[in-house]
Amino acid sequence: MFYREAGDFKTSYTADSQTFPIKFDRYRYYVVLAVAFGIIPFIINDYWANALLLPFLIYAIAAIGLNILVGYCGQVSLGTGGFMAVGAYACYKLMTAFPDVSMFIHVLLAGGITAIVGVLFGLPSLRIKGFYLAVATLAAQFFLVWLFNRVPWFYNYSASGQINAPERDVFGIIITGPNAPAWATYLFCLIFLSFCAIIARNLTRGTTGRTWMAIRDMDIAAEIIGVNPLKAKLTAFAVSSFFVGIAGALFFAVYLGAVEVGEVFGIQKSFLVLFMVIIGGLGSIFGSFAGAAFLVLLPVVLKVVGVDVLGWPTDIVAHLQLVIVGALIITFLILEPHGLAQLWRVAKEKLRLWPFPH
Amino acid sequence: MPEQLVFAMEVILNGLMAGVLYALVALGFVLIYKASGIFNYAQGVMALFAAMTLVGIMNGQVPFAHLINATFGTHIHYFGWNVPALFAIILTMGVMVLLAWCVQRFVMRHLVGQEPIILFMATIGLAYFLEGVADLMWGSEIKKLDVGLPQGINLWLDETTFNIFDYGFFIDNLDIVATIIAALLVAALVAFSQYTKQGRAMRAVADDHQAALSVGISLNFIWVMVWSVAGFVALVAGIMWGTKSGVQFSLSLIALKALPVLMLGGFTSIPGAIVGGLIIGVGEKLFEFAIGPLVGGATENWFAYVLALIFLVFRPQGLFGEKIIERV
Repeated sequence: MFYREAGDFKTSYTADSQTFPIKFDRYRYYVVLAVAFGIIPFIINDYWANALLLPFLIYAIAAIGLNILVGYCGQVSLGTGGFMAVGAYACYKLMTAFPDVSMFIHVLLAGGITAIVGVLFGLPSLRIKGFYLAVATLAAQFFLVWLFNRVPWFYNYSASGQINAPERDVFGIIITGPNAPAWATYLFCLIFLSFCAIIARNLTRGTTGRTWMAIRDMDIAAEIIGVNPLKAKLTAFAVSSFFVGIAGALFFAVYLGAVEVGEVFGIQKSFLVLFMVIIGGLGSIFGSFAGAAFLVLLPVVLKVVGVDVLGWPTDIVAHLQLVIVGALIITFLILEPHGLAQLWRVAKEKLRLWPFPH
Repeated sequence: MPEQLVFAMEVILNGLMAGVLYALVALGFVLIYKASGIFNYAQGVMALFAAMTLVGIMNGQVPFAHLINATFGTHIHYFGWNVPALFAIILTMGVMVLLAWCVQRFVMRHLVGQEPIILFMATIGLAYFLEGVADLMWGSEIKKLDVGLPQGINLWLDETTFNIFDYGFFIDNLDIVATIIAALLVAALVAFSQYTKQGRAMRAVADDHQAALSVGISLNFIWVMVWSVAGFVALVAGIMWGTKSGVQFSLSLIALKALPVLMLGGFTSIPGAIVGGLIIGVGEKLFEFAIGPLVGGATENWFAYVLALIFLVFRPQGLFGEKIIERV
């Protein structure tokens, strides 16, 4: 009824291999884009931007990045927080060194620098596998955070050890700093998210993505049929870190404005993004969106229910949040190890036949 | 004797003691990993949970007092009694066994046959859950734990070394006690797994789940037992760390420190956990002593991980781990 491919004929190869081959999917995608770009910027206010939309957009970028590494290439990483910090500090150094260059270029360059660092820390993945690799990426997490904390050059010798985003604009519209309008920051992040999602979607559909998945499913077999593990793993680390670096740069420059590295980019951040990927669904771009939305919404909902409705003190709600997140993760893993994306897939299968199943 | 060398010796001694404590946490990991192939990230939080429960029972705190007070508007905090340390430890052990049963019944049983990474994620979820429950039950403020272990500088060692080197070593009594207890614990664990029926069953399960099932070993029972033993190790580690630096959230972070220890020693080896712990303990203290001042200090945060990382590149299965044989 709502979702079907009947009568959706393709007459060319281009039409057959497009990103959303089913008409309904394609139109839904256009509608989402139209709402996100055309309607939300006009109705957005500061609360919605800062409490929900900006964190969602930025975490979605990070989750897509991590999903490429963990979900598509099978290399578990616990160093996301550290790589986000690289993006943030690279962006900060670029912003302060070249004040006249557009923020777009700064953020992209920050992503590029993170990609280089990511490849460096990805090198051991050629020898180390599985859990050992997960723990090895912790080295990246702790070393990078320590580095940004201890080497004054990175925070421009400021007395507090913090980094603060100076006011920068894109085409005359202020993007960073306290005076940035909500719609501008929102659109800025949205453009990056769309860009990342389109790249990720197309990379994972093509040769690169298939070599990643071959490595994930069985690396030795993949090597035997001619997949180059060096290239596959390092490209996965590079692309993943590129996205994570962009997310880190946006998180610092656009969302928070001021960052103390140990607090913002600590090990907790790595786990948070990993949870988004798991709850959303490993190996699914849509899942990254769903997971990010879920874990950004959950604390806000809990806070509204716990503090405003039930009148509990905030510390109890914070502890309760830990319990609920933990229980949810376990429940999800037991009931649906493939995450929200799988639920969505099942729902689509049901909708194809609804309301007249066989 | 040059002064620097004497200082270095003191640092090495302290490092050895710290290493024993790392090894203590790492032991819990190895036990569960060997028996069920689960990499239990929650081990550190289990230590925190055990220590908090112990303090709570000893002080006669009412569990979930904050939650009850917030919901019903009451003001209860304490039962008004104090429980002696030994009895409280036994009670806490009971709680840990109950916890082990719950974990097995409600989590792990439903995840049998899943990929290792899924199981690992589940234990991260468990860690969050336990941390939240521990905070809700006993409150999140830093607590003092005192079960009567000796603390403070060891005067005998101080005097002896002063007579030899003209410089007294500062070694905490608690660290010495911890070393002795850790040694006893390891001996007990080895004896348990080698000479008792349950211990043999445990090793059989570790070797091959299906073969163990076919000779009539109950997997459920073994797993509850392994989680209980891990809970016991967590309790011991919790008591040691809790006495040393107070019962607080950072206690659960020592689990992360135990990871490089495991990687060095190999996930499957009990002696490996001990040797790995000692190497990391001494290594990070010496590095901080020698190189730390040159690069801004606090190198202990990352040294262990980087050491393990470099080490693994040359020997991916760790010092004592089983050789990884890969087939298609």
